[in-house]
Amino acid sequence: MAKHSLRWVALAYVTLLLLLPLGLVTWRTFEHGLSPVIDALTTSEAGHAFQVTAVVSVLAVVLNTVFGVTASVLLVRHEFPGRRLLNAAIDLPIAVSPVVVGLALILVYGKFEPIGRWLDHRGIGIIYAVPGMVLATVFVSLPLVVRAVAPVLEEIGTDQEQAARTLGASGFQTFRRITLPAIRAAVGYGVVLSLARCIGEFGAVAVVSGRIVGQTQTATLFVQERFENFDQPAAYAASFTLAMTAVVALVLTRYLRLKGQR
Amino acid sequence: MSRTVARHAVLLTGVTALFALTACGSSSGGTKDAAATGGSGGKVTLNLVAYSTPQAAYTAEIKAFQATPAGKNVDIKTSFGASGDQSRAVASGQAADIVAFSLAPDIDRLVKAKLVDASWNANQYKGMITDSVVVITTRKGNPKNIKTWDDLVKPGLQVLTPNPFSSGSARWNILAAYGAETKAGKTEAQATAYLTALFKNVPVQADSGRASLQVFTGGKGDAILTYENEAIFAQQNKQAIDYTVPDSTILIENPIAITSKSSHPTQAKAFLDFLYSEAGQKIYEDNGYRPIVSTTPGADKFPKPAQLFTIADLGGWTAATKKFFDADTGLVTTIEKNNGVSTTGK
Amino acid sequence: MAVGLPLLDDPAGAVKPGRVRNRGAAARRGGLSLVTTYLSLVVLLPLAAVVYRSQSQGWGHFIHAIQAPESWAAVKLTLVLAVAVALINLVMGTLIAWVLVRDTFPGRAVLDTVIDLPFALPTIVAGLVLLSLYGNNSALGVNLAYARSGVLMALLFVTLPFVVRTVQPVLLELDRDMEDAAASLGAGALTTFRRIILPNLVPAMLGGTALAFARSISEFGSTVLISGNIPFKTEVASVAIYNQIQSDDTTNAAAVSTLLLAVALVVLLVVDLAQRLAARRG
Repeated sequence: MAKHSLRWVALAYVTLLLLLPLGLVTWRTFEHGLSPVIDALTTSEAGHAFQVTAVVSVLAVVLNTVFGVTASVLLVRHEFPGRRLLNAAIDLPIAVSPVVVGLALILVYGKFEPIGRWLDHRGIGIIYAVPGMVLATVFVSLPLVVRAVAPVLEEIGTDQEQAARTLGASGFQTFRRITLPAIRAAVGYGVVLSLARCIGEFGAVAVVSGRIVGQTQTATLFVQERFENFDQPAAYAASFTLAMTAVVALVLTRYLRLKGQR
Repeated sequence: MSRTVARHAVLLTGVTALFALTACGSSSGGTKDAAATGGSGGKVTLNLVAYSTPQAAYTAEIKAFQATPAGKNVDIKTSFGASGDQSRAVASGQAADIVAFSLAPDIDRLVKAKLVDASWNANQYKGMITDSVVVITTRKGNPKNIKTWDDLVKPGLQVLTPNPFSSGSARWNILAAYGAETKAGKTEAQATAYLTALFKNVPVQADSGRASLQVFTGGKGDAILTYENEAIFAQQNKQAIDYTVPDSTILIENPIAITSKSSHPTQAKAFLDFLYSEAGQKIYEDNGYRPIVSTTPGADKFPKPAQLFTIADLGGWTAATKKFFDADTGLVTTIEKNNGVSTTGK
Repeated sequence: MAVGLPLLDDPAGAVKPGRVRNRGAAARRGGLSLVTTYLSLVVLLPLAAVVYRSQSQGWGHFIHAIQAPESWAAVKLTLVLAVAVALINLVMGTLIAWVLVRDTFPGRAVLDTVIDLPFALPTIVAGLVLLSLYGNNSALGVNLAYARSGVLMALLFVTLPFVVRTVQPVLLELDRDMEDAAASLGAGALTTFRRIILPNLVPAMLGGTALAFARSISEFGSTVLISGNIPFKTEVASVAIYNQIQSDDTTNAAAVSTLLLAVALVVLLVVDLAQRLAARRG
């Protein structure tokens, strides 16, 4: 039957592309048992790396969520000149390679550039410090919350909101009590996906981090550094942890997506 | 509804637990190699920005330095990465008191940016801290018997060398090959033809020397051009490789300098003095580098090639960069272009 | 995932009840300032700095930088690959979305969950793993590394979710009545798909494909490990840019980056236009 052959094609394609890599990471990680993995993950370097990742990711996600919800409401519920341009601009980060992200941020916020120098005189260091890493992470994950929330805002329509307004609710009250609860699942989905994306960011952060061991080295940078030093147990252990975080995030997003669709 | 909430809670707990395990477990667990930078509340903090291959060496150096009186109250934060990347990072503002790179042009960039004094190479060692040579690395036992420069251009062989437009290591490799040919009496045209034949045997050009080595240990290629210290490092890490020092090869000289804007020049100089001391040079030696101080015990265990030339013999870095690696007119650019156009498909 | 913006040119406001016209103008202005400032500080200003840098030695130099043999070869390869990846995703993405929505089989939930993996999995992990799978010591016995097909596989991995996740919600929303009507009138499955379903999917398909295209242009990490990275042969644009930065050719690097940015922006805007046209006809 045509329907079944489609199914097999889809399954084969996805297995080849996605599931095998995941299986391989797991296998390589536990090749020599559990204790090398525990050892590798409990060094202070590994601990610092995951801490840095956690701090940078959470900050980036919080910023992008506020931006994402605001931008979604603007794009879907309002009109203004330049709306289409804003829509395209939000998608633009996807097309920018991590090397260029780093270059672009350094050209503006680097210590020897006008804006960077101004900030540096006031004791604010952006590049080669945590703020720069947050900036780079925000850049690459910018579209995610918007693209999760906007379609849902679109779909639910304004009936309830308009009803609330005719009953006398202010704009903010309407937003807080009608709109926000309605898009809660979509926001959750966007947040979790963003979080996973931020935790996994490598290229752009690598350029602006300064790679200071124990200070600005993220978990992904840790994976690269360990792999480069032929410390494969540590590299795979950290990779496995990151991969599992990604899988947990995926399972969470599935529930949130389904909840939103009900 | 409560079931969904419960599910969410379980999953969230799972993620948090994973992070807690990794982040908090470190405080009690053994610290394998972080002791070097974890000085107990050192009064002065120095920033060392270095290329990636001597990471193990510097970790040991810092630990040893902190055991000396001069280093007792000095905490050294380290950053390791590709030599060019690190150099550009310092040039665009990364804090550094001491910089150690794989080749001199990466320091020259900082001199141009007024971050390192032009007198950085005025000492008796011309600013260099370690040496190495370009060697031919093969599988353990050298099954294909690849020992000489001529062996590398045998048809059908696969030789690895990194991308010369992103890797300093690749540049040393190419200059070693070219220099070996010209020192053996070949003309420039013949040496260029040799390089063309060599590149035809290169199936992949990773973006750095270390990445190239990992491609090799991952199973690709019959031979690879590397630094001698890289080959030694790989062997120390149980990789199944052997290496041959060719009869004619280039002396790799690794520079080090104190930045002009360092806020702790005294302590930085003290660290540098330690690195030049016998104890410091011995640590480099243990990690596969040829010590620059020839009186270091054990320095003679490194094989001496019959013909050892330097970058000065090839006209110095500025001239060599223009001649070989210029984006429009470089010798290597032309070779890569011709190879790219003449071979089709994969 | 790219949202097809609802039609604005509908004076009566009767067709799409999604507009809140002339209400909360102050809130709108406040929100707009917040959004624009944020976007400027994070994205627009830095990208503008790159564009500015690219022409800092004149537009003649800009043209020269783009036409330099290594850059041009890399840009061509990147654009060709990106188009190939976009087209494959157009077909496979729609197919997978179809299977997820219209078919039931054990493991469908797993498949649905796993689609987002390329978003969530760190690129460096993906790169290491792709290399092990498709390289010399491949568990599959397939040696794809260091060839254009290797780069293609890496790009297909990172772009998998885009078309699937834009088409899936539309398929879910689709009203089955028309399909049933067509079937009762004797239309075969293929005809029904082509004439009833497909037109409704086209905007979403286009949007997802544009994102897949944009993503392919920017991919760096996994292609370096798996492509062979040979200048003029298997070196992609993002790597060429990296090399130029390494050689202190920042202006040239900025020029190539600007070119790619312009291409991406044009594609995003053209697709937005196409979505509008397709939606209008449907």
